[in-house]
Amino acid sequence: MIRVLALLLALAGPALGEEVVSGLSQNRVSITADFDGSEILIFGAVKRDTPVDPDASRMDVIITVAGPGLPVTIRRKEKRLGIWVNTDYVEVDSAPSFYKVATSGPFRTTLTDTEDLRHKVSIERAIRSVGAPSSIQQAAVFTDALIRIRKRKNVYQEQPYTVVFQQQTLFRTTVKLPANLTEGNYLVRIFLTRDGKVVDAHQKTIYVSKVGLERWIYNLAHERPLIYGLLSLALAIGAGWAASAAFRFIRG
Amino acid sequence: MQIYLPIAEVSVNAFLLLGLGGIVGILSGMFGVGGGFLMTPLLFFIGIPPAVAVATEANQIVASSFSGVLAHLKRKTVDLKMGTVLLAGGLVGAAVGVQVFAMLRAMGQVDLLVKLCYVIFLGIIGGLMFIESLNAIRRMRKAPGSYAQRKKHNWIHALPLKVKFRTSGLYISVIPPLIVGLFVGVLAAIMGVGGGFIMVPAMIYLLGMPTKVVVGTSLFQIIFVTGFTTLMHATTNYTVDMALALLLLIGGVVGAQIGARIGVKMKAEQLRILLALMVLAVCGKLALDLLLQPAELYNIGAGGHG
Repeated sequence: MIRVLALLLALAGPALGEEVVSGLSQNRVSITADFDGSEILIFGAVKRDTPVDPDASRMDVIITVAGPGLPVTIRRKEKRLGIWVNTDYVEVDSAPSFYKVATSGPFRTTLTDTEDLRHKVSIERAIRSVGAPSSIQQAAVFTDALIRIRKRKNVYQEQPYTVVFQQQTLFRTTVKLPANLTEGNYLVRIFLTRDGKVVDAHQKTIYVSKVGLERWIYNLAHERPLIYGLLSLALAIGAGWAASAAFRFIRG
Repeated sequence: MQIYLPIAEVSVNAFLLLGLGGIVGILSGMFGVGGGFLMTPLLFFIGIPPAVAVATEANQIVASSFSGVLAHLKRKTVDLKMGTVLLAGGLVGAAVGVQVFAMLRAMGQVDLLVKLCYVIFLGIIGGLMFIESLNAIRRMRKAPGSYAQRKKHNWIHALPLKVKFRTSGLYISVIPPLIVGLFVGVLAAIMGVGGGFIMVPAMIYLLGMPTKVVVGTSLFQIIFVTGFTTLMHATTNYTVDMALALLLLIGGVVGAQIGARIGVKMKAEQLRILLALMVLAVCGKLALDLLLQPAELYNIGAGGHG
């Protein structure tokens, strides 16, 4: 019995006895009318059963933050009869609305290609993994374009050396969530790597939701569309009348 | 001051929206156009999703047109009878147009067709108006006093169902205004605008209405067509953004009042030549977009083909 328990314990614990513990400065982001982005501190430590082995190679930390996945259509323009027209298109079932990779070292030495493939860490892998169709031969060209456009808009970010990793034990980084935030659950993943191999991984979730007036308008628009539409019209006519009355008053 | 729009799900500067609303509102009050053909592309440009921009713009046009119509009603420059006839045609046209739009959407390429529609109609109307107004001004310079005779008798006057439109000083059949309303309604639904920029020249050149009456009457008719469109978008696509509409219309209604007063002080020919230039400028911009190679050949759209 004791032997079985010991075996289970040995299997459950990570091979080197190194574990990630982490926290977030906030795990809830409320979108209000004057929402202008939000900065979140992600911090944590490496929990060890034994002191740091001085001969062991350097450890690294990778932190990814991924927004909710949404379907997107990527279209390509071509010149037809003298004008530029959308022709071919590729649909991606789910591409994260926001994606950031922060590492404590250079990306390629922090994580090997095979480990990247397994855990889908880099931007390229995180997008590809969600099943771009194989029907169009150069689907990769389209997903490349998606990544290129979103990187330019800073929606997808790859930032090496932005995780501060002290004494191979304490780490922290800040993530700036943009003002154009999509509602949903943002998944934070923390990877502890050594020699490019993942030693331990950990997940957290940031809940992003609209609150107050924003929530009310959104719910009304989706649950009572007719009332919402009539209300919008009433608002428009009211404002139109008010402006006219105000101007009449000003002119005496 | 940044503000987060609940339906569009983007954060934009509130003063930018107020300013855009104001400028388009002034033009709207001056020319009797809803301003949708200017505002919708501007909203695309500042990053509002197209579906939200088109639907919300319809709502905003209701406000600026209503404000404008009140100013015109006071000066008795709205032909309510003509407006109602045009509206009857317009609503039927809008309903047909929404169906055509859905059909084009299913075929894909709806963006291209909308843009081509813009280029063709803006080009034709802007060009014709420009030439006509230029000639009118030249005639006025040569012989002041001998005003251009526009009330010609043509085939339109031979049609049955004649009605007296007192405010416009016309005695014509209801068939041409009904057809004009229908046609504009179809185009308005497809292009996502009020249709004033088509309606105004159609009333001047096809129906022979006096320019001063045309503006108010066009606004009157636009209120109902865009109100109908707003409801359609709100109930089928959930794309009307109340917060965005409110900011645009605060700027818009104030602008429309100012515009209506500027409009009174200007000569009809000057008004028309300015509108023509504006229409041609938008047309030129859209044509260049279609003809020049874009910097980025790829573009990202929301999920679902269409």
